[in-house]
Amino acid sequence: MNDTDRASKITAIIEAYPADRRFALAAMQDMQHEFNYIPEEGLVALADYLDCSKAHLYSMATFYKALSLTPKGEHIIKICNGTACHLRGSVNLATELKRILDIEPGQTSADGEFSVEYVNCLGSCALAPVMVVDGVYHNKLKVDQISGIVESYRTDDSKDVVSND
Amino acid sequence: MINGTDRILVCCGTSCIANGALDVADAIEKELTARGLADDVCVNVVRTGCSGECEQGPVVRFMPRDLMYYRVAVRDAKAIVDSLDGAPVKKLLHKRDGQFFEHMDDNPFYALQHKVVLKDVGIIDPLSLDDYISRGGYEGLKRALSMTPDEIISEVEKSGLRGKGGAGFPTGRKWRSAAGYDEWPKYIVCNGDEGDPGAFMDGSTMEGCPHAVIEGMVIGALAIGAEEGVLYIRDEYALARDHIQHAIDDAYAAGILGDSIMGTPHKLHLSIVRGGGAFVCGESTALMASIAGRVGEPRAKYIRSVQRGLFDKPTVLNNVETLASVPTILRFGGEEYAKLGAEKSKGTKVFAMVGKVKHTGLVEVPMGTTLRTLIYDIGGGIMNDRPFKAIQTGGPSGGCIPESLLDLPVDFDTLTEYGAMMGSGGMIVMDDRSCMVEVARYYVDFLCEES
Repeated sequence: MNDTDRASKITAIIEAYPADRRFALAAMQDMQHEFNYIPEEGLVALADYLDCSKAHLYSMATFYKALSLTPKGEHIIKICNGTACHLRGSVNLATELKRILDIEPGQTSADGEFSVEYVNCLGSCALAPVMVVDGVYHNKLKVDQISGIVESYRTDDSKDVVSND
Repeated sequence: MINGTDRILVCCGTSCIANGALDVADAIEKELTARGLADDVCVNVVRTGCSGECEQGPVVRFMPRDLMYYRVAVRDAKAIVDSLDGAPVKKLLHKRDGQFFEHMDDNPFYALQHKVVLKDVGIIDPLSLDDYISRGGYEGLKRALSMTPDEIISEVEKSGLRGKGGAGFPTGRKWRSAAGYDEWPKYIVCNGDEGDPGAFMDGSTMEGCPHAVIEGMVIGALAIGAEEGVLYIRDEYALARDHIQHAIDDAYAAGILGDSIMGTPHKLHLSIVRGGGAFVCGESTALMASIAGRVGEPRAKYIRSVQRGLFDKPTVLNNVETLASVPTILRFGGEEYAKLGAEKSKGTKVFAMVGKVKHTGLVEVPMGTTLRTLIYDIGGGIMNDRPFKAIQTGGPSGGCIPESLLDLPVDFDTLTEYGAMMGSGGMIVMDDRSCMVEVARYYVDFLCEES
């Protein structure tokens, strides 16, 4: 994406809302969705538009877990760590992901392909433990299923690299 | 419309979708088409909300024969369509202690439940306003429109309804206080930020019967004089958000929301605010700060929200389940509702029973039902018949209740006396292998992280 594209996308997102501070969270969520993070120029433009300080938006961006100031991976893996999933071994899922991707929950893989996050509860406790990849639920997971699921999300290029190894 | 037609109901709550319910619905539709039955109005596939027994999903139900099938796979579509006018598919029936159960009401998981909030969930198509209306939806609102605000509030007071998010504050009293302030605009806010881990009652209600929540909000708005309302819905609940938005759009188109509610001079505009993924935003003042476009931090409690809430204006904030109880109260009267439940906790409560219990899922029972009934009679006991150790209620700041207290009635007050609390309705069952020290550490970590 070139700079002009990005700037026009930011403008489009921001101007979809009235210039009222109550829409700050919604506009930042849209940016997060579009860019996988909140670009600095997006935050600055939004502060101008809403006539509030950048610090105000920065405090929101660091407070809400749905927002991130650094780019997240292309695929987001959410491990549910609600009580039911915790009791049924969600920690083991995180350990297995660490083995495969070499990242802890909260981090993004070096190739930018995956982010792993712990989330509190995805509301599917009856199917614990649950992992959600890009919005798709994988339930009653066993540790030995994880690598197959992760590989199925890798882009074709990186799959080739893996098979050449 | 429901009446007089055969329907195949495929539960498409979050959990059943995770189990492949959408593919099952497609396979059944294909099978019907292949047999030339698709255009026959008698048979159609309705994507419903959560029917409760999430672990055994996808759940498929025939109406009006009332056959319930569990753990249905795509390959079962043919056998299911065969059984439309034949013998039930035995392997898909509910089985408990060697017995097969054909009908929903025979199944002990449902037989002991009493559904008020969830009465339409799993039965109607959540995306169909007509379905909701055919089950008596918006009758409560119609009655409310013929009453004065004071009469509406009196009806809610008579019902004994208390805030089902866990705090148990009398809903009627909250509405009366907000109605008493001569300051406009006023707001009505629905708390759909169900953050307790192990709880999915509100999410399922919004997914399965979004119009009940909206009807409750319209009635509340009439009672206090609000013309604007906001539903604050958790970031993680994408399906609930979609269904609520769909219902809002339909309600506007049908003249139920907007500048003239059902042709009267009353107004109400509703919108959704998507939560940012912060547990503390389930607290009322943090939630209102979040709606206003600030960091979701709670404020001191001496300022009451009914006087200075959202945008510092008089605001009523109710939880999803509370609001979804209101249409029934207005339709049948507060006294009818108050016949259900315990002395100081009227009506029903929805619980999400999960963990090491045989039959997990959503359960709605009259207040005052004992923990033993919930776990053993409805839930079927502990997985693999292992010994029970504890049941955790009330979310991270609740408590763990041991076996010696299993005969306690569950209501707003009793569990609090024993140092636990009923809370919003999450119940996590633990067996002898669950380590209580580890559980305590988990909750402390959770609260540290979210504080």
